[in-house]
Amino acid sequence: MSIAAITGVGVVAPNGLGTAEYWSATLNGTSGIDRITRFDASSYPVQLAGEVSGFAAEAHLPSRLLPQTDHMTRMALVAADWALADAAVQPGEMPEFDMGVVTASASGGFEFGQRELENLWGRGPEYVSAYQSFAWFYAVNTGQISIRNGMRGPSGVLVSEQAGGLDALAHARRHLRKGTRLVLTGGVDSSLCPWGLTAQIPSGLLSRSTERGRAYLPFDAAAQGYVPGEGGAILVMEELEIAKAGCDRPIYGVLAGYASTFDPPPRSGRQPRLRRAIELALSDAGVVADDVDAVFADGAGVAELDRVEAAAISAVFGPYGVPVTVPKSMTGRLFSGGAALDVVAALLSIRDGVLPPTVGTGRPAPEYQLDLVTGAARPGTVRTVLVLARGYGGFNSAVVLTAPQV
Amino acid sequence: MSPSRSYQAGGRRVVITGIGVIAPGGIGAKRFWELITSGQTATRSITFFDPTPYRSRIAAECDFVPEQHGLSPQELRRMDRAAQFAVVSAREAIADSGIEPEQLPADRTGVSIGSAVGCTMSLEREYAVVSDGGRRWLVDHSYGVPALYDYLVPSSLAREVAWVAGAEGPATVVSAGCTSGLDAVGYAVDLIREGSADVMIAGATDAPISPITVACFDAIKATSPRNDDPQHASRPFDKSRNGFVLGEGAAVLVVEEFDRARRRGAHIYAEIKGFASRCNAYHMTGLRPDGREMAEAITAALAEAKLDRTEVDYVNAHGSGTKQNDRHETAAVKRSLGHHARTIPMSSIKSMIGHSLGAIGAIEIAACALAVEYGVVPPTANLHTPDPECDLDYVPITAREQRVDVALTVGSGFGGFQSAMVLTGSGVRS
Repeated sequence: MSIAAITGVGVVAPNGLGTAEYWSATLNGTSGIDRITRFDASSYPVQLAGEVSGFAAEAHLPSRLLPQTDHMTRMALVAADWALADAAVQPGEMPEFDMGVVTASASGGFEFGQRELENLWGRGPEYVSAYQSFAWFYAVNTGQISIRNGMRGPSGVLVSEQAGGLDALAHARRHLRKGTRLVLTGGVDSSLCPWGLTAQIPSGLLSRSTERGRAYLPFDAAAQGYVPGEGGAILVMEELEIAKAGCDRPIYGVLAGYASTFDPPPRSGRQPRLRRAIELALSDAGVVADDVDAVFADGAGVAELDRVEAAAISAVFGPYGVPVTVPKSMTGRLFSGGAALDVVAALLSIRDGVLPPTVGTGRPAPEYQLDLVTGAARPGTVRTVLVLARGYGGFNSAVVLTAPQV
Repeated sequence: MSPSRSYQAGGRRVVITGIGVIAPGGIGAKRFWELITSGQTATRSITFFDPTPYRSRIAAECDFVPEQHGLSPQELRRMDRAAQFAVVSAREAIADSGIEPEQLPADRTGVSIGSAVGCTMSLEREYAVVSDGGRRWLVDHSYGVPALYDYLVPSSLAREVAWVAGAEGPATVVSAGCTSGLDAVGYAVDLIREGSADVMIAGATDAPISPITVACFDAIKATSPRNDDPQHASRPFDKSRNGFVLGEGAAVLVVEEFDRARRRGAHIYAEIKGFASRCNAYHMTGLRPDGREMAEAITAALAEAKLDRTEVDYVNAHGSGTKQNDRHETAAVKRSLGHHARTIPMSSIKSMIGHSLGAIGAIEIAACALAVEYGVVPPTANLHTPDPECDLDYVPITAREQRVDVALTVGSGFGGFQSAMVLTGSGVRS
């Protein structure tokens, strides 16, 4: 069976544009969470977000694409360009039907959507953009990336909130197994407009803190919700043997295992299913708990969600049994982009032998029994990493990444 | 050993054992099948809102009264219309499959729901409130309803279905525009084949008949402006066609591993033998005239099914009724099926129930399964004067009794997505 190697990554994150900037900030514990600047958020109960700053779409994309794309699609297109360049892949030199695109989406191009809703409701139907039919919808990033790069093979779009980022990677792996040579995959999201923020508030999961260093505290006893963010990552996935044949290109690692499960409804009295997702993913990778060097946790920063995740990790690895980290404490939760970015961070940890810290959280709540990496990055051998992502409503996904030589 | 490894060599087969449909013209799979084999149409003037300011003022609406389907007041408040469709269809499909919901193996049951535009109707309704009719960019969050986040993230559609089915296996929403329904069922087939699930509650739902959707299709003249004759507005392959008619609805299927279905003595409608998708990498809304990527998808789906193109008995067309689509698709079918394309029936049920975006792909899979079941090919309504460039056998006006062992269904959508699925009856029908 084919082995899914990651050969290129492209990052657009609140604490760094491009892989190098993001990784350096992440290892240093530099957060991208700050006051919302995209609009005047002073009248909203949520004041902080992980905005991507300094991203100038016109510097990277042809001007004709700008009127037809939402902010999140522009970031996705640029992340895809960077991932391909990183993998030293020229799509124009590969057979078109041998390349596919699978992205995750959580809420579509919401800022574009708000503008067109305002045109419709405030001015009239004739003011609605000719691009509205596709610029906001969930499939737009896959479509635009495939068009920009001439990729005509099997594609897909998965929507399972934060878990979707991992589901997309797993679906990309399926395409490789069926014979597609290369798949661009991952997720990039943003809904940081007034309407997008307003639609997130009723979830009750957002932090209302205005203290940027203390707003999002995964696994902390004082956790009070998460900070929303934007951005994400696009990855190049290729079959390992083909990737190896590509001269001296680096291989970041292998997507060795994956599983997803769904939680029973609240008040059903049944157990959540995250633990099962972890166990199935380990089994799919052919590894055991002892092989895992680190867990990149979902880290919702919401007490009841943190408790369930900590219990699942402890059940599989034992109390304090494995280093756990939540680098998204520096970016906020990026919806479909968050898990894809965590996968990049995990691959870079494997490459550099160092785990990024969880910032904000001083010490995890003792009852969680977690060895949380806090304070500073932690060096050590990292060969096998488990990445967890959970989507609002009960979606659990788990991915196992291994070093390329395993 | 992991499930995905242990089953790989076994060649797990996937069958449809339950069907639930909500479509314009009637609720339930039975009413749906009666309508689309009668040649009657369910397209009409829009009644959901005042369509006067719009170019296209027609749609295929469902007469759906959620209270009649057992949805509680809190469920009604929480669920967008698309979620209501999905839940009611899922219940029908599970009942039809003969499985008691408590007998579904929770860990081995998954959910895959397609939707192109998610909870768009609720989002627009609530936007109008928080923006006070589009008056303020800085919308008033204090008017946000409790379920607003459920509308923002359409993954809530899969959650609702998972709760109905008691599913605790893999669950997701697949959203690839107008191929969402085909892709969601294709995704379910993948999961069963690889061993990640034994049963998938799979299908698609969309409820897009809302001002913003009508306006956005107006803006690119994709929908038909035949406002004076709504019942005959959807005219796939006809020379006078002038766009699609927006629809709504859902189809949810119980998709099951074959041996499991056989062991429990289930009624099997059809086997899903092959699925493939391709992109045109050309234009977000435009199509390359040569139909090559749809042809590639058809060829790949037949290859996966290990069937020769001459074995196809029926093609369920995308047949949206736009000038561009129907020619593109005709070219694609000729390209992939060769001379055989001219000898087989190919019809578009969108002529009768409109185009419900992501949902229609699943509804059309249901139509194919029922065509295999009953040996009847539904017609293309409103097809009186074929476009000279559309020169295949589109089964005009009247349904045709004919054995269907191998059905091919195709979809084409914004984003450039092209998908194809092959269903068969032989070898699995009891």
